[in-house]
Amino acid sequence: MIQFSALAKFGLAERGIDTAVAAEWSELTGYIKITADNIVKIICPNPEFGQNVMTSLPMMVAEELDVNWKEVIVEMGPHDNAKLGPQFTGGSNSMRMYWKPLREAGAAARNMLMQAAAQTWTVPVEEVTTKAGLLYHEKSGKTGKYGDFASKAAAIPVPKGVKVKDIKNFNVVRHSQKNVEGTKIISGKPLFGLDYKHEGMLIAMAVHPPAFGMKLKSFDASQALKMPGIKDVFTIKLYEEGFEQGGFDTRTFNVLLAVVGKTTWEVMQARKKLAIEWEPAGDSKDIMQGRGGKREVIVPGELESTDKQLEKMREYAGKPAQQLRKDGDPETAFKNAAQIIERTYNAPFLAHNCMEPMNFFAHVTDEKALVVGPLQAPGWTEPTLSKILKLPADKIEIQMTRMGGGFGRRAYAHYLMEAALISKKAKAPVKLIYSREDDTTYGIYRPMYTATYRAALDANKNLTAFHVKGGGIPENAIHPNRFPAGAVDNYLAEGWEIPSNITIGAFRAPRSNFNAAAEQSFLDELAEAMGKDPIDFRLELLKRAKENPVGKNNDYDADRYAGVLKLVKEKSGWNGPEHEKFSRGVAAYFCHNSYAAHVVDMTTKEGLPYVERVFSAIDCGIVINPDAATNMVQGAVVDGIGNALYGGLTHKNGIVEQNNFHSYRIIRMHEAPKKVDVHFVQNDIDPTGLGEPPFPPVFGAVANALYKSTGRRYYQQPFSSPQPEIPAV
Amino acid sequence: MITLNINKKTYHLDIDPNTPLLWVLRDHVGLVGTKYGCGVAQCGACVVHLNGEAVRSCVTKVSRAEGEKVVTIEGLSATNTHPLQKAWLELDVSQCGYCQAGQIMSAAVLLKENKKPTDQDIDDAMAGNICRCGTYLRIREAIHLASELQGKENSK
Repeated sequence: MIQFSALAKFGLAERGIDTAVAAEWSELTGYIKITADNIVKIICPNPEFGQNVMTSLPMMVAEELDVNWKEVIVEMGPHDNAKLGPQFTGGSNSMRMYWKPLREAGAAARNMLMQAAAQTWTVPVEEVTTKAGLLYHEKSGKTGKYGDFASKAAAIPVPKGVKVKDIKNFNVVRHSQKNVEGTKIISGKPLFGLDYKHEGMLIAMAVHPPAFGMKLKSFDASQALKMPGIKDVFTIKLYEEGFEQGGFDTRTFNVLLAVVGKTTWEVMQARKKLAIEWEPAGDSKDIMQGRGGKREVIVPGELESTDKQLEKMREYAGKPAQQLRKDGDPETAFKNAAQIIERTYNAPFLAHNCMEPMNFFAHVTDEKALVVGPLQAPGWTEPTLSKILKLPADKIEIQMTRMGGGFGRRAYAHYLMEAALISKKAKAPVKLIYSREDDTTYGIYRPMYTATYRAALDANKNLTAFHVKGGGIPENAIHPNRFPAGAVDNYLAEGWEIPSNITIGAFRAPRSNFNAAAEQSFLDELAEAMGKDPIDFRLELLKRAKENPVGKNNDYDADRYAGVLKLVKEKSGWNGPEHEKFSRGVAAYFCHNSYAAHVVDMTTKEGLPYVERVFSAIDCGIVINPDAATNMVQGAVVDGIGNALYGGLTHKNGIVEQNNFHSYRIIRMHEAPKKVDVHFVQNDIDPTGLGEPPFPPVFGAVANALYKSTGRRYYQQPFSSPQPEIPAV
Repeated sequence: MITLNINKKTYHLDIDPNTPLLWVLRDHVGLVGTKYGCGVAQCGACVVHLNGEAVRSCVTKVSRAEGEKVVTIEGLSATNTHPLQKAWLELDVSQCGYCQAGQIMSAAVLLKENKKPTDQDIDDAMAGNICRCGTYLRIREAIHLASELQGKENSK
């Protein structure tokens, strides 16, 4: 077991127990530790960035272990895949991936304690029962605490296949529990990577080129080095020639200029004193790992500008593209159509802009490395770190702090690698900090997307064909097997892409976050052209997909998809008089294994469209922590409105034109709805996630509400930007 | 040498008087509850109280704080029982939590000056505090609840 005394001091136990001086912990599976005094600690495997996995994952363990939840101490685990599973927070996967393993661990540990008690009392284990951290043998009247038997239980081999509880008997899971770190958050305790301190720690900041497509030419640090608090200025090189990158090894700039000093402000001031020359990088080569072996990717050296990008996208949209799916004979259906509706949608690059900027602590020597900070996927990061530092994995210790936001950004650990390289070169423990400007202009954005939708209607206004051709810089957003594929006889999905040196990465519901917006706006227009109610139209299509599906691999459950639409229809009073008071827009989507539907109700505030309230219907199976789940959906709705209305990055000659919150607009309190009414479909399906699924359909519902509010359709995100003129339907 | 009064404690620090109070708190005093979000007074994560006023410590030179009373989130209440803190826990406001200290510090000044803020008052007072996770609805509810709790406490 790795000793992490540094973190033990850093993260004081919620209930005032100093874990650094606690008595011995007996370990029962990788997730549970119990002291002789019956203090129970549950280890959270997945790093936290606001979706409250630190509460919901331990809840699963506590439920099966049968302990008093209110007394459980929760601690973030270190990186240890053998003991704690994949430890990847992302893809809305935490609940789904850990539901079985954590319940089994809790049940196994309970069983080990029962066995230990049975052995001590010399009674059959079948006669031993538990309740909230206590063990009983009814026949003899013997009782004991878990703590009494913990050390004996820890020596028993972990049993496999122990039965878990009937979900009808849950008393922790499916009941709202408070955030285990709530008190620490509101009292300003050190929690985040940026708060982490280590003896002898220096501060580093990295200077990256001012534009995509540029690189470092030369620098003069003489003025900076004169400053008393500044230790060193040097370059670091992330990947050596020939390094094979995995999917999460994305980095924008391979060479950075690092400034190392005693305090943050001094380092920030020193950066201003550097005289740096930059030059165009020209075309470069990246080598990517792949299933079929490595492949070379040319990274274009062009200094890109948004207007040219849009021009290029229009050009590519007219060229042949890669066929992603075809059902029936769409060409003929369009040829014979009585009416064709065609619409094009666009959305810009988005920056994640997590509230806590990128940062990481590293202490690297020739023998070993300790890295501590905000990170979504330590399991994928370690192999790269091992290669870069030329240290074996068992000499590398990764600890995850609480993250001030993730949204996918912190799965790309270039900033961890940078911190490690800086520490190695400086021969000191170092925390690397990105300023907000560094962060917003670094890259790893949500791609720039476009999609053209075409629908063919016959003389009776029946939908006979559906065609989507999507493109993007540097990739498109198309999910060819998603609804309405499966519901339309003649269907075609195509995709194209334009390579770029602007780096991209997963952004809260990748691809879906654009797809849903475009597709759900288009379905709204179709419904209107067909004279149908937008919800009824979707339900008709879903009925077809259920009863007589078209094609194969339809990537959704039509019943569950229809379920959230029906629920939101009911809860929002869709058929009632609310349409008179509000401009209402509806959208639904399936992604990352869960279903979401929203009705967005707009009014106006100071002359501008304002989302006053939202009704949300969600199907994510068993809801582990209802109030926290509600908070997640509410947050996704606010985030969706903000990104739909205001989010976006533009470029001019490779330079990012928005580098802080005065120019990159984030939704604020007065722009957020007053009410987001969340309803969960009640079923007993194994839990799926909530981080992403509620987010994409918000964009579509907002666009559809805007139509009702302003009388015009919105095709260009952010919706606060000038809109293209639309052709008549 | 700069003398500071932070959370009722006195500190003598040998620092550049132009250092923003934010970095003095975080790097020199060791109080990391006050956060860095933008450095340009746009996000509110750095809000502290200077003689009872909400100021953005990222753009407030430490020289301005000399001889004045500074209160940070750590000093808002010795027992975490400020009505806002109670309300925040009651309503489980936080998601990632990074912005919440700044939110609470801004709200604390609002509640001191306005015992029963309306939604409009809250909009106006809190417009400078960004939450990327979108917990605004709960923040608003928590401010209303805190106002109630404050009312009850004061009537005791």
